[in-house]
Amino acid sequence: MNTTKSYYPSLLILGVFLIVSFVVNLSLGSVSIPAKEVIYALLDRPVADESWRYIIVNYRLPKSLTAILVGSGLSLSGLLMQTLFRNPLAGPFVLGISSGASLGVALLIMGTSIFGGVIGFGLGYSAGTIIAATVGSFLVLSAIMIVASAVKDTMTLLIIGLMFGSITSSVVSVLSYFTQKEQLQQYIFWSFGSLGNLSWNQLLLLCVFVVLGVLIAIYCIKPLNALLLGEHYAFSLGINVKRSRYLIIISTSLLAGSITAFAGPIAFIGLAVPHLSRQLFPTQNHKIMIPATVCFGAMIMLLCDTVAQLPGSTLTLPINAITSLVGAPVIIWLLVRKRKMIF
Amino acid sequence: MISPVAENINFNVQSGELVALVGTNGVGKSTLLRTLSGIQPKLSGEILLHNTLLSSYKSNQLAKSLSIVLTEGIPTKNLSVLEVIALGRQPYTNWIGSLSSKDIDVVKTILNDTGLNELQDKKCYQLSDGQFQRVMIARALAQDTSLILLDEPTTHLDIYHKAYVLKMLKNIVKTTTRSIVFSTHEIGLALQLCDKIVILQKEKSIFGTPEELIKQEVFSDLFGSDLISFDPQTASFKIN
Repeated sequence: MNTTKSYYPSLLILGVFLIVSFVVNLSLGSVSIPAKEVIYALLDRPVADESWRYIIVNYRLPKSLTAILVGSGLSLSGLLMQTLFRNPLAGPFVLGISSGASLGVALLIMGTSIFGGVIGFGLGYSAGTIIAATVGSFLVLSAIMIVASAVKDTMTLLIIGLMFGSITSSVVSVLSYFTQKEQLQQYIFWSFGSLGNLSWNQLLLLCVFVVLGVLIAIYCIKPLNALLLGEHYAFSLGINVKRSRYLIIISTSLLAGSITAFAGPIAFIGLAVPHLSRQLFPTQNHKIMIPATVCFGAMIMLLCDTVAQLPGSTLTLPINAITSLVGAPVIIWLLVRKRKMIF
Repeated sequence: MISPVAENINFNVQSGELVALVGTNGVGKSTLLRTLSGIQPKLSGEILLHNTLLSSYKSNQLAKSLSIVLTEGIPTKNLSVLEVIALGRQPYTNWIGSLSSKDIDVVKTILNDTGLNELQDKKCYQLSDGQFQRVMIARALAQDTSLILLDEPTTHLDIYHKAYVLKMLKNIVKTTTRSIVFSTHEIGLALQLCDKIVILQKEKSIFGTPEELIKQEVFSDLFGSDLISFDPQTASFKIN
């Protein structure tokens, strides 16, 4: 009768897979490190080659942890948006978060070359882009929140979010048109996304934002489940729909906003992973879907990162290309089997 | 300025009564039900539930006193029958929505009463319209409220299932102290089954028992009399 309990074993298995992908991700790369040594290094036990410990602790561990935060955060915000907007094609960026971040970074990188200013670069490249992305997504999101308080209908909000996205991306196009090729290249590299640029301090900051977003999402489990029946039914079940809507948007903003600021606009994960989770866990109960999506997202991101490293070579592919390579076929597959589409 | 679709609406529902809300398309039956349920703000007048103003109810308190079944479906049909009905227990569950043993008992009883036991693990997209309507009524029952509002519960159903659903509603008010108000175009069936009928009209609504209303000959000019007329003998409409 209690339908949620039957999913606990599957969740446990998913957790085990997550740990395995974590170790695999740490052990593979330009230098291959045996899994046993990876675990020793993590446990602070002596390892065969001390340089391995250096690689793992200073290079691969922050990157893997970033992958976990990015994957789980984006997937969760995708799930939240799909439930809120009752739309299987909604993702973490439908509210214009990534377009806002792109605009901020575009203004920083390309605006300086056009207007001749020296904004941001004094802060160092990485910190400058993080701040620009944060400010950009915050501004776009604030605009949308103001609109959200004026419109009653959630669907209108979705369209308005997409419109804001179009506006910002066309501003970016105009900037790109007038900019010099070095700056354009720099911007394009940012838009590829990157998991490896974070210092331990930045990682900690990202972690705080993501955990906060996840906690708000957990607090919203009950309203999220009620929203599965639509807003009118949710209201009649005693849910404060407007307040829940705000909380869900805030959680998504914290997750998707901070991730985009630190790792760039990572595509498709947020859209695809909730659908993948629904295939594995045929329930819509967010009590199951939230942990499932978080674990699945982290796992997929670790796998994508492992592939992007092209194990055994010194080459690294842009992470965004890999996530889309995984994500796009999923969307196509979903559309093809639409007759039985699980949403 | 919002202009009202219908005015001078006045009726009361006692416990254990089945009340039908009839009227032409667009006269405001759904609007009235939405207003009564608090989804939509009222333009003027008073709505009392258990002699207390509807507006003074806290949202959770209201959820325990009034439940609804809407004409619109639910956005995700990928919910099992059990999940949908269990969601009706939300006003009683804790912050994360865990079902207590009492909640589980209530849901089990309702599954039995509504004959949905065998369908409980089916997904809503696998159900027929008639079965789905029963599930939504069962969900409202799970909310354990004294008043249930239903917006056109018999639309899209064949004549057998129309009768089935209305019989089910009649059974609910008979066996419990609940009251049910539903909008419908099935005036013939409503006349046979309901305790009271509200005829919603733009200027003034009429309220009474089926017998009173037939005697007052209110049905004869409810619709344009050029096409159909009401036969008081058989309590049904005939095409001229």
